[in-house]
Amino acid sequence: MEISQIVIIGLISVILALMLDKHNPEWSMYIRIAGGMLIFFIIIQKLEPVLEIVKKMSEKIDVDFVYIAIVFKVLGISYISEFGAQLCKDAGESSIASKIEFAGKVMIITVSAPVMLALINIISEIIP
Amino acid sequence: MDITIVFKIAAVGILVSVLNQVLVRSGREEQAMLTTLAGLIVVLFWIIQYISDLFKTVQTLFQL
Repeated sequence: MEISQIVIIGLISVILALMLDKHNPEWSMYIRIAGGMLIFFIIIQKLEPVLEIVKKMSEKIDVDFVYIAIVFKVLGISYISEFGAQLCKDAGESSIASKIEFAGKVMIITVSAPVMLALINIISEIIP
Repeated sequence: MDITIVFKIAAVGILVSVLNQVLVRSGREEQAMLTTLAGLIVVLFWIIQYISDLFKTVQTLFQL
């Protein structure tokens, strides 16, 4: 099962990070990055069918695919900014982490602007 | 893309910290700092390559 594989990899990288943390902490940062990426690459095979299912469902209830694409974009942006921000927080640099999170939020707003505009148009049509 | 990456990085990290201690004890602080720097840069190249793979995968997956 993948979940046990993931947990084992997480534990091993935590132990190695702690071991290396005593003498020079930058190595434990490398181990954290490597462990995080490893777990992501294992779970990525499971994520593709999930996205296909979401696409099929959206076609069934004839939602315009543009909106689903925007949802996926927002997911991708939030995942990458979360990945970076958590790593910075682990290293103790919460100021850089908050900058990354802020940049991610701005990116999400720029990506989802058309959805908001469409919503406002619909509302303005309903209320004469 | 398996656990060997983490072991490789840990091995290089341990090796460099041991070398660092040996060089510092034998009075050569400059070489100690240089070996630590060299180890860091080597692992940085590996990590950068893996991170670019990760971000490419995310981009293709979410159509970013």
